[in-house]
Amino acid sequence: MKFTFFNLMPWPYLPDDFRKKYRSVWVDIPSTLYDPVKGHTVYNDYLDTLEYAEEVGFDGIGVNEHHANAYGMMPSPNIMAATLARNTKKAAVVVLGNSIALYNPPVRVAEEFAMLDVISGGRLIAGFPVGTSMDTNYAYGQVPALTREKYTEAHELIIKAWKEQEPFAFNGRYNKLRHVNCWPKPVQNPPPIYIPGGGSLETYDFCIENDYVYCYLSFSGFIRAKKLMDGYWQRVEEAGKDPSPYRGGFAQTIIVAETDEEAEKEYREYVDYFYNRCLHVYPGFADAPGYRTIKTLQANVTEQMTQNANVSKMSWQELIDQGYVIAGSPDTVVEQMTRLATTLNVANIFCLIHIGNMPKDKCMRSAKLFAEEVIPKLRNVFPDFADDDRFWINPIEHVSEATVEEAN
Amino acid sequence: MESRIVNINNRADIRIYEGGSGPDLFFLHGAGGLLQDDPFLVELMKHYRVCAPLLPGYEDSECEHLRDMLDFTLHSFDVLEHLKLTKPLLVGHSMGGMIAAEMAAVAPNEVEKLALICPAGIWSDDYPIPDLFALLPYELPGLLFHDAEKNGQLMSAGGDFNDPVFLTEFLVGNARRMGSAGKILFPIPDRGLSDRSYRIKAKTEIIWGAQDKLIDPHYGELFNQAIADSNLTLIQEAGHMLPYEQTEQVLGVLSRF
Repeated sequence: MKFTFFNLMPWPYLPDDFRKKYRSVWVDIPSTLYDPVKGHTVYNDYLDTLEYAEEVGFDGIGVNEHHANAYGMMPSPNIMAATLARNTKKAAVVVLGNSIALYNPPVRVAEEFAMLDVISGGRLIAGFPVGTSMDTNYAYGQVPALTREKYTEAHELIIKAWKEQEPFAFNGRYNKLRHVNCWPKPVQNPPPIYIPGGGSLETYDFCIENDYVYCYLSFSGFIRAKKLMDGYWQRVEEAGKDPSPYRGGFAQTIIVAETDEEAEKEYREYVDYFYNRCLHVYPGFADAPGYRTIKTLQANVTEQMTQNANVSKMSWQELIDQGYVIAGSPDTVVEQMTRLATTLNVANIFCLIHIGNMPKDKCMRSAKLFAEEVIPKLRNVFPDFADDDRFWINPIEHVSEATVEEAN
Repeated sequence: MESRIVNINNRADIRIYEGGSGPDLFFLHGAGGLLQDDPFLVELMKHYRVCAPLLPGYEDSECEHLRDMLDFTLHSFDVLEHLKLTKPLLVGHSMGGMIAAEMAAVAPNEVEKLALICPAGIWSDDYPIPDLFALLPYELPGLLFHDAEKNGQLMSAGGDFNDPVFLTEFLVGNARRMGSAGKILFPIPDRGLSDRSYRIKAKTEIIWGAQDKLIDPHYGELFNQAIADSNLTLIQEAGHMLPYEQTEQVLGVLSRF
């Protein structure tokens, strides 16, 4: 299995009465709640946790893109990834990802991802999300019903920009470019591509056709995710592809402490902060009409509506029993993580170890315990696919001389 | 009300509501679509031969080829031509008014009589139009009607949102309708009409509800300034849904043609 330490980079100073006073953490949250001086420390603390995650033994470190919000303060994940690429040596730099329909032209993504891959020596994992409706439609003004078409074209353009050896013209509907000429080119060409999805059938098929990793980034835990991932694996089977668990990724909130009791006592407040403040999105911004395809809506609309149960009213045990949070002693977490991996058949885990307003030291403590006490016991959950490295990074030192020469 | 599906140039299947007798009237609906047994159309049909096409995304109208303002404008001309209507009285409400005004700007010699009922299509920073796409269903009646209590029930088909089947149907329908409308209204309902409105030659009646809370009556003046041969009528005790709140008065303005 592969473990990526994720830091969503939430703003940790939302007031206690945030839910009551403000309708949304996204789109129209007043920026008077932000303080750039505190922000300086916050960013640097968060980057420290990511670098520390490599040190203690995570396989990857992850960042992502969001706009106009206090949930995750990375409008440009590539800036974060650039500092990480410099300050780390081994870990995959997982950018999950760039919302490619938002870049004009999307060649910019091809270029910046190539830069990151070159700087890091071939350690980039490239994510191509459609982006949440809050980001893509409400904050960045994309027409909801055209977003997917634009996304598809952007994907085609980026892949072609990486692959083509000669400059080419691209006559797209949304991109008219006479001279596409991507300098630099990525070391890994292409890097492993991960696609965050939320149950849309089109995204299942897109991943399967291209051998991309389908990543379900839910905050409602692995038990609720089963139906969605089962749907994905069924499509994988129907397409005649192997069921390698490395074709799937899942994000999970994880807390490790010395004991189960300590996990609750020391970390509960950060979980509450996250679910009650960071996920407080005004329903009118959640899903612009036209953003999801009709096919997807018909398939699982009511299911998605009922996904966000009232977490604030859940007891700690309920949060754990329902899979929202995996928390406890290393043994408890090993047991629950094994259940997660086998329930979903997923080998790429995006570990949400920084949660809400968790301070750096507590985050690092939990990360260290996970890396040292949990990861080693989970390495062989999928023995049949032990050697499957098709979906992971292939850094320069692993590239043979011949391949390098060929690329030149 | 009589309706049928017509195929337009093998590109679109469009439901057309039609009926009545009198001069030809071509009606373009707003972002909400037509109401059940649309009371405004019923009244129009007492005076006109009415053709009211549903845009793609509304009920079972389908067309995958519409993306931008020009597409919507030309599509509406295609429907007009298919129905063999020559220079009918062109009436558009809200989003339909935006399309109608574009038609008159794009082909000024084809549109001679134009009625714009609180049309979208112009933006003024001084009078920002609420974001229709970020509103929750329960917020709509208050914005759309002058008397939401009396008229708000026009919008609910009497369904139960706790029924998952109804809920799915509603959300799918809403996603289809507003997804389609979003192509010309999202995120700002301005696709450059004010750059082209100088071309409009039609005699134009602009009709606005004095209590319109969605598109402020100030926009009536902006449209009036933007179109050469135009006349603005403000109707009291009417909101954005004025064709339904003050039907007789709207018909009275239309009778000036």
